[in-house]
Amino acid sequence: MINKQVASMQEAMAGIADGSSVLVGGFGAVGQPNILIEALAEHGARDLTIIANNAGFDPDIGLPVLMKRGLVRKIVCSFPRGSSVFDELYQAGRIELEVVPQGTLAERIRAAGAGIPAFFTPTSAGTQLARGKETREIDGRTYVLEHALPGDVALVEAWNADRWGNLTYRGSGRNFNAVMAMAAKCTIVQAQHIVELGAIEPDDVMTPSIFVDRVIHRPCGDPPIAAIAS
Amino acid sequence: MTDTIQRLSKPDMARRAAADIPEGWYVNLGIGLPTMIADSIPDGREVILHSENGILGMGPLATAENVDPWMVNAGKQNVTLVKGAALFHHADSFAMIRGGHIDLCVLGAFEVAENGDIANWTTSQNDRVPAVGGAMDLAAGARNLWVMTTHTTKTGEPKLVERCTYPLTSSGVVNRIYTDLAVIEVTASGFEVIEMVDGLSRDELQSKTGAGLTFRA
Repeated sequence: MINKQVASMQEAMAGIADGSSVLVGGFGAVGQPNILIEALAEHGARDLTIIANNAGFDPDIGLPVLMKRGLVRKIVCSFPRGSSVFDELYQAGRIELEVVPQGTLAERIRAAGAGIPAFFTPTSAGTQLARGKETREIDGRTYVLEHALPGDVALVEAWNADRWGNLTYRGSGRNFNAVMAMAAKCTIVQAQHIVELGAIEPDDVMTPSIFVDRVIHRPCGDPPIAAIAS
Repeated sequence: MTDTIQRLSKPDMARRAAADIPEGWYVNLGIGLPTMIADSIPDGREVILHSENGILGMGPLATAENVDPWMVNAGKQNVTLVKGAALFHHADSFAMIRGGHIDLCVLGAFEVAENGDIANWTTSQNDRVPAVGGAMDLAAGARNLWVMTTHTTKTGEPKLVERCTYPLTSSGVVNRIYTDLAVIEVTASGFEVIEMVDGLSRDELQSKTGAGLTFRA
């Protein structure tokens, strides 16, 4: 019987080595696999490359926890603002940063999952983010060659999961999670709910189980409310 | 002389830009000033708002009564959805942008050049922390790129210039600019003024602009 559900965080983190590239889902407070990130900090693998849209926000939640412990060598992201922990490490020269346009980041990850080693995109052509990159003119427009961005590990936050690893997400929580789940050698999911096999209708599966390796049940409740109309 | 100029307020700028968005367009509004356009779409006109993090059919900001903590926009604010909305992942969202499916993106800017170049992501080669978000994808991918900005900086420097001095977001992509003083098309021959606020002369507008203006008859 296939059962990707693991009971402990030790099992969920097993085998994550020093030097790993780790894809981390989430956008804003929604879809952040914070419990897995904190377990990775406990696990203690060092010299990590983190690939995520942001560099975290609250110093005591998610990626900043990992960074404070000195476990992150490099972060690849589109918008590393709003994290005092990252800011201090970056100013001190203790963390590397690769800024990638958000859509290029998503597509580099998607390409990695889809077996596409590189692709040409119009995004960043003629800007400083294209420096040193191969370009090509196609039908009169300049495109930049971007390479796939795979992970050794992906950390994903899902709403429902079954024992095969079929997933759904809630609200705007699909964001990078569904893309990153495809792109890692080992995709680890923290799920709000574990449901019976078949309880997720085939029409409703958002990430098919083939992309998922481990599932752990961690109901963490709603994300904090960010900003509402005054 | 300047006290007679009927400079547009930010909500008026948003209303002016919103008035030009046709029914049925799929529109992405950049963070900051352009976000105000969402509240200014004329009643009864269906315009579908896109958010980079995977939303089509974004509605107004949530209130304490209707907030769903699982629904945020690209500015990380809690938003509502309208009937007919769809949710998807980031790669699909940027396929919509890069693939030319988004009819219009409206961005703020530090500078716009007469050749349609836009600089809006960093003011320095050595920003404290460089961050680009989705600006370069939106600027390169949207079918129409409008800029909504004050005509000059807080210190009175022109934001509409011959060539951008700040690092570019994208080249040759801006086709219209809505400022607090004028509506300007970016044409093959540069900035063409199609509308000015009351009380402003052509010479005054030119003096506040860092590149040559032509005026539509």
